[in-house]
Amino acid sequence: MLVAKNKVMSAPAIETENLTKEYPHGFLNLKKRTSLEGLNMQVETGEVFGFIGPNGAGKSTTIKLLMRLIFPTAGSARILGKPISDIEMHRDIGYLPEQPYFYDYLTAAELLDYFARIHDLSAADRKERVQRMLKKVGLETAGKIQLRKYSKGMLQRVGMAQAILHDPKIVILDEPMSGLDPVGRREVRDIILELKHEGKTVMFSTHILSDAEMLCDRVGVIVGGKLRGVGAPEQLVDVKTQGMEILFELAGQSVAPVLAKATRSGDRYRLQVPEAELYGAIEQLRAAGARILSVAPVRATLEELFMNLVEADRAQAAAIEVSGK
Amino acid sequence: MKRVGVVALNTFREAVRDRVLYNLLFFALVMMAASIIAGQISIGIEQTVIVTLGLSAISLIGLLIAVFIGVGLVSKEMDKRTLYALLAKPVRRWEFLLGKFGGLVLTLAVNTAAMGIGLFLALMYVKSTPEQGDATILVAVYFIWLKLALVVALALLFSCFTTPLLAILFTAGIYIVGLYVQELRNLPMQVMSPGMTAFTKYLSYLMPNFENFNIMSMAAHARPVPGSLIAQNTLYAAVYCSIVLTAAVLVFSRRNLK
Repeated sequence: MLVAKNKVMSAPAIETENLTKEYPHGFLNLKKRTSLEGLNMQVETGEVFGFIGPNGAGKSTTIKLLMRLIFPTAGSARILGKPISDIEMHRDIGYLPEQPYFYDYLTAAELLDYFARIHDLSAADRKERVQRMLKKVGLETAGKIQLRKYSKGMLQRVGMAQAILHDPKIVILDEPMSGLDPVGRREVRDIILELKHEGKTVMFSTHILSDAEMLCDRVGVIVGGKLRGVGAPEQLVDVKTQGMEILFELAGQSVAPVLAKATRSGDRYRLQVPEAELYGAIEQLRAAGARILSVAPVRATLEELFMNLVEADRAQAAAIEVSGK
Repeated sequence: MKRVGVVALNTFREAVRDRVLYNLLFFALVMMAASIIAGQISIGIEQTVIVTLGLSAISLIGLLIAVFIGVGLVSKEMDKRTLYALLAKPVRRWEFLLGKFGGLVLTLAVNTAAMGIGLFLALMYVKSTPEQGDATILVAVYFIWLKLALVVALALLFSCFTTPLLAILFTAGIYIVGLYVQELRNLPMQVMSPGMTAFTKYLSYLMPNFENFNIMSMAAHARPVPGSLIAQNTLYAAVYCSIVLTAAVLVFSRRNLK
């Protein structure tokens, strides 16, 4: 487990205690497959929390457990200090399912109106909110088209609109970027940031790590049904140990020893050196007549951390299989 | 309860948009054909032909809708995952289930009422002298609707814990058994062991008695329906539906979605 330095804030918006989900399978359902194992996690009020992990890691399972679409084998969860079975508390939650699909015989405006009725909003309020939400997700011109004619990306936008329609305090989004083109992803990112500015708590799952790095105050990394680390993205990856990268141009040939370590593409070279050797390398390059274009710290990305955890998990699974446990 | 109504109206809207009510055109054709045939055969049995054919068509069309759409009410939503966003909202699972049931029963009410009125008009058209007992066919249509509501409840219950195909088979199976409940009770006792006799007897009381709702011959002969029968059938359908729906709610409330 990675060490995480969490900020101390007010009562958590979402907290889970030993949340576990097992699925029976095999002959007569005698075998058990653990999809989520003893999840203890807190999402603080007002933060953007990214839930990251590979496919099948337990992200959607956790979110579905929180939404009571499935029921835990063990453990419990609370949202806004209330047990998740408290149905009235669900007024304060917005939820976008993974790969959302809605009643395709309705138009986007009708669907949003239907959900607004479920939330018991007045007729005038419904009308105003539906229009505002359609505009917000860029569907104001498509609001009167039946959803059966919508593309996957458009459905994702409708899903986003229904999640925030009733002005919830907590927004839980399951893979909100999937199926979206770069423009759509940018728009979803903007909406998430807007929700954060409005003081809402946002929890979203993703396997697109750059989105998590860009948006999240904290992330939780889940692999193989277990939470492997929680913290701010920069806390989870160590900046210092990775060294520095120098990008430079060098016309012609040179015999400077430092060049042996550089990778070349055309006239441009890229060189990674430990931080302590940075100035020495720059001196050598200057002496060789190189033009230095940039010097930047090499950060271990969340992706590397993520890949390491996944590899470790696979190695462990393989070891268990070999030993026959 | 308000949310039950919202879900029910949306279910009704789905049926309308999926062109379920188009079957009324088919029924209109059946009634026109029946009127022509009845006009060509001897006077006296024209009422029997029209009423028998009309009520059978109303019942059959209604049954097809009740079973096939009834089974799909919940299973389709689970399959397409359209209920995920809904159930995360402040909606209890029983509200969703009752709403779906209410929506289809409302659809069937509109459908059977339209067909019932059509049948009544066709009857008035071929008959030279209307009589008081002709209103019996409206009661017969009401009974068919009660029967359909019960079938929808059964289809909903089965679809909550099994696959759509099995749910259709179970519902159809219970319907067929339910048509012969009376025969089950009167099976010749001497051919069966006492244990078997008791079993079939209890089974016959457990099964819904669909034959109770059949007053086709009364309608065909324009005999008036006693008020007690109307009250008895209404109560029977209401109680039986409540029991089946309670069972469906118990199953569905514990169900893990995919």
